[in-house]
Formats: sequence, structure tokens, C-alpha cells
Amino acid sequence: MSENKQIVADIDRSLYDFKDVESESDFYRMQEGLTEETVLKVSEEKNDPEWMRQFRLKCLKLYNEIDIPDWGPSIDGLDMDKISSYVRHKSDMKGRWEDVPEDIKNTFERLGIPQAERESLAGVGAQYDSELVYHNVKDEVAAQGVIYTDLESAMWGEYGDMIKEHFMKLVPPTDHKFAALHGAVWSGGSFVYVPKGVKVEIPLQSYFRLNAAGAGQFEHTLIIVDEGADLHFIEGCSAPKYNVANLHAGCVELFVGKNARLRYSTIENWSKNMYNLNTKRAIVEENGIMEWVSGSFGSHTSYLYPMTILKGDNSKMEFTGITFAGKGQNLDTGAKVVHQGKATSSVINTKSISKDGGIGTYRSSVIIQNSAKRAKASVSCDSLMLDSISRADTIPGMDIRTDDADVGHEAKIGRISDEAIFYLMSRGISEEDAKAMIVSGFANPVSKELPLEYAVEMNNLIKLEMSGNG
Amino acid sequence: MSDMSLLQVKDLSVSIDNELPILHGINLDIKPGETHVLMGPNGAGKSTLGFTLMGNPHYCVTEGNIIFEGEDITSLSADKRARAGMFLSFQNPYEVPGISLSSFIRNAYHAQTGAPVKLLAFQKSLKAAMEILSMDESYADRDLNVGFSGGEKKKAEILQLLMLKPKFAILDETDSGLDVDAVRTVSKGIEEYQKKKDGALLIITHSTKILESLHVDYTHVLVKGSIVHTGDGTLVDEINANGFERFVKED
Repeated sequence: MSENKQIVADIDRSLYDFKDVESESDFYRMQEGLTEETVLKVSEEKNDPEWMRQFRLKCLKLYNEIDIPDWGPSIDGLDMDKISSYVRHKSDMKGRWEDVPEDIKNTFERLGIPQAERESLAGVGAQYDSELVYHNVKDEVAAQGVIYTDLESAMWGEYGDMIKEHFMKLVPPTDHKFAALHGAVWSGGSFVYVPKGVKVEIPLQSYFRLNAAGAGQFEHTLIIVDEGADLHFIEGCSAPKYNVANLHAGCVELFVGKNARLRYSTIENWSKNMYNLNTKRAIVEENGIMEWVSGSFGSHTSYLYPMTILKGDNSKMEFTGITFAGKGQNLDTGAKVVHQGKATSSVINTKSISKDGGIGTYRSSVIIQNSAKRAKASVSCDSLMLDSISRADTIPGMDIRTDDADVGHEAKIGRISDEAIFYLMSRGISEEDAKAMIVSGFANPVSKELPLEYAVEMNNLIKLEMSGNG
Repeated sequence: MSDMSLLQVKDLSVSIDNELPILHGINLDIKPGETHVLMGPNGAGKSTLGFTLMGNPHYCVTEGNIIFEGEDITSLSADKRARAGMFLSFQNPYEVPGISLSSFIRNAYHAQTGAPVKLLAFQKSLKAAMEILSMDESYADRDLNVGFSGGEKKKAEILQLLMLKPKFAILDETDSGLDVDAVRTVSKGIEEYQKKKDGALLIITHSTKILESLHVDYTHVLVKGSIVHTGDGTLVDEINANGFERFVKED
């Protein structure tokens, strides 16, 4: 694995380096735009097996055939010819924090990645631009047989067949244009396999970041939790500000086995010029449990609807999400669930906040198929607008094909109350803090689902957004 | 110092959102440690005066001034008034989901003192204050006022009064909607405030139940936006017996 990386690092990057921006001096980039040549170059860089090379080309073809979505927020500002698909840091895989380059460490520290992670968390795969730069799995987790590694090297290892069997089977490249794009140029991301019956006590976490102007990020996360196993995976994303339109089209595929449980927590905080067109999907076998916790901050435009297929009988899904749309942002988020198995149940709870003209749209789809007898589904979405120029929409879709489904839906849209703000201010709390407290309180059902340090980070993000410095 | 006014209201006229005039030429002079009662029939403008003194932005001062400890605070925002030592117990306290009663008080305490809150000492004094008010301890961890009964909401207001220890507190209809036992409990809390601190009070009420066990220095009668009569504590008893009819006629 390290030998392969060495070859990559040795390539003369002087042709591609951007010398005008100091912090980008370590980077090189592909020529902008997407051609077969570009895709093959990515494939070569990633040292793909042949099946993956072919897969990428198939995806490119699909990408060119499929139209952009004709619904949802406008993505006209996204010029694919301007998106260079691949930016890679020269840093190789690192197993030790001490070895991670200083500038990257600094960025992570500014983002507040807790230092305690080495003690409390099982492993860290932090993606800097498109490459995994830091990766660490604690010995005891590895000793349990848990595989947590980057996808590229895993394709060559003993789990190569498993990856081939699962990769983009849950999110096929035919799904939509950006899934096809992802298939063609994906790079970086994580592979996790939790063997039968193994309960991972401490969460695995991974930070994804995008740090170069005009660069897309297409990381792929593939997690397989085998029968009776248990895992909490935390994905955190944030990126600094740039002026050029940026694209994020990642893909997350989660396989939850019989009697297994997977909790997948995310805080996304993209820069305000990002087009976040991410696709996340889980499939749950009999008695399995899928739990999503999702915080969407930042980005210019988001399309994000994590989907769960409740395939096995008695399988369960719970989705808890929050979206904060500030000035100039149009965030279209929600969740999807498909009930297939008998007595399956799903709970969707979302909170949406919009401020300074931001648009927050809750969009969901609950499908109860004919086979899903005695299914239960509950949807609750609350929206809070902080002023009269912001917007909150709710678009809940339901398609029920059984006659014994137990389905509930509740939607609330409201504006922050002047009287409540005055009440808090009458106790000495400043107007800004009063608003932040009310919003944090509104977000509390989500933050209490997060591990403490992430809840703190989320509250900090809310404060930052509230002060207008987000 | 004791001769100096704590709060002076001078010729205060107020309208709501710059339209409807509610209060006309109100004058008040409250010294440290004094308890004033403001009574009057429904719709007289009592709550308007409370909100205006505390700085609710919907209530516009069209004339006159509010002086607190010698400083003109007429145009100060509510948070600054609170930090100067003012407090308003709300008639209808707001429900704020996701913030516990104790963390709210802690935040307010911190905002007012600027000092870090010592958690153990804070919890101890919170517990003691809740005992005075016969509040179940579990309320400390419940979301602020969410699902509280009318009585518990009022107790939570007085709890804040005891914890924040303002120099001057306006109690707006703290007794309204309470049963006899709850009024007695709340009244005990107010007594505690009077006792512990040289704190001044403006108690707004249209009944007299809450005043039975409290020492009252002055009573003001507000009718149709004007103070039509000021007397000492015995006026409360007279109003209790005869109602406001006499003052309404005077007007």
C-alpha cells in the first residue's frame, strides 16, 4: 500500500501546481472539466483494479447521458467545466498524529477536532482534499477484527471482493447525474467492516474537508455492519471560504445486517459557495436498526436526503436532523424511507432554521410497500424562521400501499417570537445571546443525540451563524 | 443613600407600537427597600407600565423619563436594564423549549454578573430557593416553563427573583390564576426577597390576596392610564372592601 502511494508522490507536479496561493503550493490538480482522459487519470492515480477502471468509464458515459435534476434548488451556478475533479495533498497515509504535516494539523485544530480523540475514539480517517492523510485505528478495535481503512487500498486487500460486491450497488450510478459523476471520479473515503457479533464500543470518526478553490470532492464511504454487530460512525465536514463554485458529490453506502445496529452521525459545515449534492443510503436487514443524526450547516445549495431501505422484517430506522440556512443559502434537506419488510418502523424528526433570507426546505418521502404489513412511520418537522425575509417550506411525500399502516405526520412552521426574546433579555441576556439560546434550545433535540464534543461544536456553529460570521 | 431614589418615573406617557396611547403622565418615586403596589381595574394600563419600565420595544415612550439610580434609562434595552439591577416577573412567562430552568437562571446570572458561575454553590442556592417555593427539584431540569402549570410558572418567576437578587423588581400579576395555597407560597418567596435584600418592589395586582402577608409602603391606583390616587398600605384594605368605584368616579 505505502509503495503504491510512493509512486503517486513521486509524480512531477510542477506542471499543475498553483504557485500564486501559498497554501496551495503542495497541491496539484487535474485539468479542469471532465473527459475520459480525466477519468482515466484519476483511475491511474488511484491505482484502480481493472473492474474499477471499467466502472468509472461506464459512470462517465451515464454522467453524460443523464440530465441535471429538474426539481429542487437551482444549480445553475455550478459550472462543471470549472470543477477540477481531483486535488490531492502530497502527504501520504499517516498512522500517527505526530507525523501529520503541521499546516494540516493547524487547520484541523482551527476546526476544533478534539485532541482527546486518540483516547476516546477508535480511529480517525481525516480526509484533506481528496486524500486520506491521517488514519488510525486503535489496536483493540483492530483486534476485534474491525476493518477501518481507506477504500483504495482495501480494494487490493482481502476485502477486495466484498467491496466489489457492494460498491455503488445501493446507490447505483444510474440513480442521478451526480451519482454517475461520483462513480466516475470518486476518490478517498472510508471502508468499514464490522464482523458478525462485534460491538464497537467507541465511535469511529472521520473528517472530510475541501480546501482548494474550484475543487470537487467525491469521497466514498462504504460501511458494512455484519449480523448482530454494532457501530457508531461519525462523519464531520467543514471547509473554508472560497469564491469559485465548489461541488461536493460524495456517496455513503451503509449495509446493516440482521440484528445489527448502525448509528451514523454527521455534522456538515461546508463553505458558503459549496454545492452539496451528496447521496447517502442504508439498507437494513431483519431486526436491524439504522440511526441517522444529521446536522447540515453551510453550503450554497444542498440536496441531501439520506435514505433507508427497511428490507428485513422488524427492521427500524430513526432519523434526527437539523438544517441551518443563512444568507444566500438554499438548503433542501430531509430523509427518505422505504418500508419493505413486515412490521418495520421509521421515525423522522427534523428541525430547520432559516435566517437572513436563507431558504430551508424540508423534503421527505415515506414509502410503505405492499409487502410491509403492519408498518409504522412517524414524521415530525419543525421550522423556525428568524426574520421576515427568510423562508421555510415543507414538502412531505407519502406513498402508502398497505391498509394496516400506522402513519403519523406533524409539521410546524413558526417565526422566532419577539416576546420570547424580550423575556430572555429582561434577565440580562443580550439580544444576540437570547436569539442564540432560543435557537440552541430549538436544536437541542438534535444536539442531545450527538456525542458531547460534537454537540458543543454544533452549538458553536449555531452561535457563529447567529452572529452573522458563519 | 437611603434618601436617594432608586427609580423615578417622570411624566411618562406611553403608546403601543407608536399608535394607541395607553399611559398618560405617570409619576413614581421608589426608594431602596420600599414596596409599592399598583392597583387598578382591568385595562387600566398596569402591565403596560411594567413592560415599559423593563424596556419592551413594543411600548414606546412618547413623553417623560425613567431614571434608575440617577441615570436616565428611558432608551436602554431590556438586557441593560436587567444588568443595572431591574427585574420583571411576567404575568405570562414564555415557554422556551430546549433550555432547562436551571441553565436559564445560570445564563442570566452569568450575563448579569459577568463572573463565572460556581456550579456547586449555584446548585445549592437553587435548591434552597426551590424549597422556599415548594417547587419539586425536578423542575430545575425541565425546559423553561414548558408544560408548567400556571402556578409553577409563577413560582419559577419568583425563583428567578430570589436567584438573581435584583435591586428593583416589578411583579406583574404574579397572583393571577393561582389558588390560595399557591398565592401563599409565592407570597412567601416575595417576603424572602424583601427580607434578605434591601430590594424595592413594584407589585402590580388587581386583587389583594398576595398582599396580606407583605409589608406595603405605598399604594397607587391606576385608572385609564393615569395614577388617580396614591396612599399608604392601608389603601389596599380599603380597595379590598370597596373596590375601585370611588377612583373611577373621581376620574
